[in-house]
Amino acid sequence: MSAPLIEVRNLKKYFKTGRGMLHAVDDVSFTIEEGKTLGVVGESGCGKSTLGRTILHLLDATDGQILYKGEDITTPRRKELSQLRHEMQIIFQDPFSSLNPRKSVSETIMEPMKLSHSMKKQEMIDRTRELMETVGLAERFWGTYPHELDGGRRQRIGIARALALGPRFIVCDEPVSALDVSIQAQILNLMLDLQEQRKLTYMFVTHDLSVVKYISDDILVMYLGQVVEKAPSDELFRNTLHPYSKALLSAIPVPDIHANNELVTLAGEITSPIDPKPGCRFMARCPYASDVCNQPQKIEEILPNHFVSCCRCREINNLQGGKVQ
Amino acid sequence: MAEKKRKQRGRLAETWHQLKKNKFAIVGLVIIVIVLLVAVFAPVLAPYSYDTQDLVNAYAKPSAEHLLGTDKFGRDTFSRLIWGTRKSMEMGLGCVAFGTLAGLIIGSIAGYFGGQVDNVIMRIMDIFSCVPMMLMCVVIAAILGPSTRNAIIAIAVSTTPSAARLIRANILTVRGKEFVEAARAIDGKPPHIILNHVLPNAIAPTIVSTTMNIGNSIISGATLSFIGLGAQPPIAEWGAMLSEGRNLMRDHMELVLYPGICIMITVLAFNMLGDGLRDAMDPRLRN
Repeated sequence: MSAPLIEVRNLKKYFKTGRGMLHAVDDVSFTIEEGKTLGVVGESGCGKSTLGRTILHLLDATDGQILYKGEDITTPRRKELSQLRHEMQIIFQDPFSSLNPRKSVSETIMEPMKLSHSMKKQEMIDRTRELMETVGLAERFWGTYPHELDGGRRQRIGIARALALGPRFIVCDEPVSALDVSIQAQILNLMLDLQEQRKLTYMFVTHDLSVVKYISDDILVMYLGQVVEKAPSDELFRNTLHPYSKALLSAIPVPDIHANNELVTLAGEITSPIDPKPGCRFMARCPYASDVCNQPQKIEEILPNHFVSCCRCREINNLQGGKVQ
Repeated sequence: MAEKKRKQRGRLAETWHQLKKNKFAIVGLVIIVIVLLVAVFAPVLAPYSYDTQDLVNAYAKPSAEHLLGTDKFGRDTFSRLIWGTRKSMEMGLGCVAFGTLAGLIIGSIAGYFGGQVDNVIMRIMDIFSCVPMMLMCVVIAAILGPSTRNAIIAIAVSTTPSAARLIRANILTVRGKEFVEAARAIDGKPPHIILNHVLPNAIAPTIVSTTMNIGNSIISGATLSFIGLGAQPPIAEWGAMLSEGRNLMRDHMELVLYPGICIMITVLAFNMLGDGLRDAMDPRLRN
């Protein structure tokens, strides 16, 4: 078996603040196979965007390793970084601030090609046309400016820009959460089509679980910078094991009035990510918290391919020795 | 149609196209061009030198020989106004060239790099802005002697902090935007990002303030000359002319009126152009 496209080992990203170290991403490991989508979910401030940006070297990792096609790219040299930036791209959350208001649609899409110095002018123009067609932007928008367009079209520009240099891996940082629901579906379908056509690999960061269910192969649930649960998408939705994931999933609205689903409400607020205590970070809000939770948590393969970071996981889910009873 | 036309123009051409639509800005621009031409060609245009005295003919009424009459030394007021244009523009543009430019550079550095660099630079700027301009001028005049050049230095030093603060604040806002991060993600190097993404978005408000600063600097220069710290007699400068005329205001009001009007019109022209430029440079305000 060949190496996965992306592998992250014990990645850490801390920020120095006036009150101590902020643990934005703390000891996160995962792999993404080529052509697959990893959904990263968690509430605001859990470090999921930071994780994406660190993998793309928009932020420098504090510790840990990032591997691309089996090669260590944690501290790339200048030339390697340029190459990586051709192969790894990002689509941003806010289509309003992610586009330079002073650049027209075509200028924005063409910019990555200009910066790569690898194409002639006519080639760039042709490719920009092609890209606009691919993402569904009519040619009449060639010279328009972002402020003249709606959110969906702006996001299409952002996608076209990300695709400009033919990347293999794209971090999608909540690409639809700023859009109307009707437009969300359009953009998601566009992204799925693109994935199929171009064999793209996505890391899809979101807090919207219905979106993640629709698009992901694997799901990573994060809480306060740590992975609490990691499993294939179907498995996670069918067999949710971590108390936090349970609460998160129960919050998905079900369009069925007869559905009898219990809503798990969490008390309290997310604990501070600054210099956290060694124990389970979810403890303060967990309905199952007990003394054992003060121990540092280890992520374990509870069921085949289903990883959970909770010391009481087996107990609260009535599991023994990795088998469902 | 409009879109087809638009894509053929470059950025400068586009700004000019937009600017043309604004009548006030064009009037301002025309006045500025005239004033600049007058300043450059003063020796050709002025019928007399600024210091040719004709004591017998002092306080002469306007005539064919002296279009706007003469002052207390019998010097031709019209010629002195023309020569004065040169000195006043020298002060206005000189101060902005040094003061605002220094402010732009200092503010950009502070804003882009942030952290300790920002802290140190901005505290120094704070110290400078604590000293009143007049005091600074008096000190500089005391050290270097009163002259046009020293007045320019004094005004430039005192306009630097506000210019720096303005551009820094703008850069801080723009730097946090996602399109700057997007530019890094597509392998944009810092100089490219600063020049193409940060500055164009941060500089627009400062262009207005810069053009308006030219107006203010002309006034400041005139003020310094008025109190005797700027242009020295017999050099003709609008502020200095005001100063000379002030004792005679009751009998010969025109001697203050003419330079006053010149200052007013020139400053107004710069302000109108500044406003127009800001609107023309922002694609969000185009229609």
